Amino acid sequence: MSEQVRYRVEHATRSSRIGVGLIAIVLMVLALAPFWGDRQMLRLLAELLTFVALASLWNLLAGYAGLVSVGQQAFVGLGGYLLFAMVILAGVHPIAAIFIAGPIAAAVSIPVAALTFRLRGAYFAIGTWVVAEVFRLLASQVSVLGGGSGVSLPAAAVIAMAPTRQAREFEIYWLALALTVLVLAAIVTLLRSRHGLALTAIRDNEVAAQSNGIDVTRVKLIVYVLTAFGTAMIGALIFLMKLRISPDTAFSVNDWTAFVIFITVIGGIGRIEGPIIGTIIFFFMRQTLSDLGSLYLLIMGAVAIVVMLWAPKGLWGLIAERYGWQALPLQRHLVFDDTAPRSRDKRA
Amino acid sequence: MTEWLNVILQGVLIGGLYAMFAAGLSLIFGVMRLVNIAHGDLIVLAAYVALMVTQTLGLDPLTSLLLVVPAMAIIGYALQRLLLNRTLGDDLLPPLLVTFGLSIIIQNGLLELFTADSRKLQAGAVETMTYQIGTGIWVGLLPFIQFAVAVAVIAALQMLFYRTALGRAFRATSDDQSVAQLMGLDTRHVFAMAMALSLAVVAIAGVFLAVRSNFDPAIGPARLIFGFEAVIIGGLGSMWGTLAGGVILGVSQAIGAQIDPGWQLLAGHIVFLVILAVRPQGLFPKVSG
Amino acid sequence: MREAPLLDVDAIDVFYGDFQALFGVSLTVERGQVVAVIGANGAGKSTLLRAIAGLMQPRRGGIHFNGAAIGNAPAFAVVKRGIALVPEGRRLFPSLSVEENLRIGGQSGRPGPWTLPRIYKLFPVLSERRHLPATALSGGQQQMAAIGRALMSNPDLLLCDEISLGLAPIIVRDIYAQLPAIVGDGMSLVIVEQDIAQALKAAAQVYCLQEGRIALQGAARDLTRDAISAAYFGV
Ligand SMILES: Nc1ncnc2c1ncn2[C@@H]1O[C@H](COP(=O)(O)OP(=O)(O)OP(=O)(O)O)[C@@H](O)[C@H]1O
Ligand SMILES: [Mg+2]
Repeated sequence: MSEQVRYRVEHATRSSRIGVGLIAIVLMVLALAPFWGDRQMLRLLAELLTFVALASLWNLLAGYAGLVSVGQQAFVGLGGYLLFAMVILAGVHPIAAIFIAGPIAAAVSIPVAALTFRLRGAYFAIGTWVVAEVFRLLASQVSVLGGGSGVSLPAAAVIAMAPTRQAREFEIYWLALALTVLVLAAIVTLLRSRHGLALTAIRDNEVAAQSNGIDVTRVKLIVYVLTAFGTAMIGALIFLMKLRISPDTAFSVNDWTAFVIFITVIGGIGRIEGPIIGTIIFFFMRQTLSDLGSLYLLIMGAVAIVVMLWAPKGLWGLIAERYGWQALPLQRHLVFDDTAPRSRDKRA
Repeated sequence: MTEWLNVILQGVLIGGLYAMFAAGLSLIFGVMRLVNIAHGDLIVLAAYVALMVTQTLGLDPLTSLLLVVPAMAIIGYALQRLLLNRTLGDDLLPPLLVTFGLSIIIQNGLLELFTADSRKLQAGAVETMTYQIGTGIWVGLLPFIQFAVAVAVIAALQMLFYRTALGRAFRATSDDQSVAQLMGLDTRHVFAMAMALSLAVVAIAGVFLAVRSNFDPAIGPARLIFGFEAVIIGGLGSMWGTLAGGVILGVSQAIGAQIDPGWQLLAGHIVFLVILAVRPQGLFPKVSG
Repeated sequence: MREAPLLDVDAIDVFYGDFQALFGVSLTVERGQVVAVIGANGAGKSTLLRAIAGLMQPRRGGIHFNGAAIGNAPAFAVVKRGIALVPEGRRLFPSLSVEENLRIGGQSGRPGPWTLPRIYKLFPVLSERRHLPATALSGGQQQMAAIGRALMSNPDLLLCDEISLGLAPIIVRDIYAQLPAIVGDGMSLVIVEQDIAQALKAAAQVYCLQEGRIALQGAARDLTRDAISAAYFGV
């Protein structure tokens, strides 16, 4: 029997073990928010969570699969409208509607991809925007859902969710927390899977990945469809919180794409932690600068440009590079392991 | 029958405007593979520059072009030299995100300076003059001028691209940047010239847009999309294709609007998507030599 | 006192990112001289020419041309000082016609003996095909066009990177037969070649590169075959 070097593949690093512990604590605190936060705090946290989810999904799409879309509002709005349609026209329970909206949007995203994938690079980006515009214009043609001026969720359906307003608010907050955690967990699982390796290979060098037998288009399609799935569920949730939908709010490029892109770029694109950091910065800037009105958006645009040009890996990229931190264990590394009991050679 | 002919004719004429939106976009994509998300907002910026020029100097809009075109060209040169050249490279994200940020900056800067109110440039008598060119078929003088200018702009760009030293430099730089440098071409300057030219066309388009209809700081992205659709319909890299693309888009929108006002934009987008589905290379792609 | 050389490359180190391709390489070219640079694949010959032409900046060491430091000058400025490069693989502009390819070579506006008619006299076949796209030329014709394009800038120093690559021997002979006509005007020449015999015949001075370092240099007629193959293959 030959002497072998034992090793196993691990994802964790020291900092990521601390990170996992921290995440558990943060999740606990967030889950208990209804008991320590007031109404306004809950609303803010729920909104923040939805942005973490949207930005993480966009990050998966653009930062990992190289599909730079500026049309994700198509799926936010689609999710919202699907929820309103199911509740108003079919009497579906709103929370059930969220979970039905996901697969429907995923199905819709397949023909959309068939069209937009014909466009390369930056033209793909604008192509996705056209699709979102088409969705917006179609939504304003649907008169049972209020046409161009939109529609509110019927009071009966709202009350059916929970009898009191407070109970409803708790319910929606927990839903936002659960969905966001679900989306993040799904993304981490995906990135740690075989497809995740393929994605990393594609991100690093698409041509090389292709020649190594990775079906690049297929992997991209899978990511696109999954992203549509998640984005539509979050979209449904967002408009369930707003209780009102209209084509312009549902398919707003500013709200669901510009902000999301800025969040991701500022936090760090192509890193799982980026969108989380980015969302916190974004909300902080919004709370402090919102008095400035449109100037505030102007500043956001300028900050995003500066970050893109001078710190293209974003804030988390700077931190991770300087300190070697990694909150969520994604990279694989080998651990040489001499103390492990020697197992038998395959032939033995 | 004549009603439909009129509709189609109006569509063709507005198609000229879309072709001008598209030409500037296509030009810089051809030279440096840059897709400028702020293109539509720059068109709107040009409209506001024209508004200021006409208001402060009392010029009529068409004369204001003499100032607006060079002003926008200088802005384009500076923008490319100071900002956009830094984004060029193998990575797709920087140019896309930087021009996206620029789009947000221009929109909100205009909003801050000019409020969200709708504006329009008044061109005086030319706006209302119309001519009958057949029984029941009318052409407005202004739409006609605008279409003629569009054709002239496309023809001039075509000439410039294929008959001048600058056009040669554009094509050479687009083919092979490092060998272009060996020819004594400073590619940063060549790119900046391309952006200057693109924004010169944007200036013309912006002024005609502002004379023709109301504008406000938020309408840029839709102009970007029209230009983009015209480029793809016409076929990447072909200037005359761009004109054809613009006309097809204009006619589709006009027919859509005639059927139902809510269908104007939708009809244009749908024709675009159908062409993307059946002929993704566009109707008149550049034949590669 | 000896006249200063036209080109003086002084101990340059050149990198591709973290990868060092040249280590302290020095080389001089006198006015009117033909210098050959030989070496195996990947030895750094093209890198040396690219550094001289300004496409890459050496991290250490200096390059002087006509007495001026050009080590940090970008390529578009270097060509205006009188250095032209015929790049490896010819690299004509596919979107330009043959004549446009030649004209763009004259873009830098240096005056001198080389004009379009003179290029056409040197390579008559280019004149016949002047309006065709550059891609329509055969390999040998493309090489002629690439040389013509470089000459159009009326350089004092012409750098030729493997002009025989991929061409039939008879065509290589034709092209090399034109070299005296080119150098006749007092132009200096650096030729990079894999074909050692060809290089030795054309050049007065030879440098041999091996893994980024000068392994051998000397007058072409003084160098023995054995010395060259030792320097070439590092045996
Ligand atoms: N763009 C590049 N990026 C990284 N390394 C490079 C690049 N170009 C060349 N190299 C490396 O630099 C070294 C020198 O290359 P160079 O092209 O100068 O060699 P050469 O002598 O011209 O070879 P050949 O005879 O094949 O043309 C080689 O090891 C090569 O792999
Ligand atoms: Mg070489």
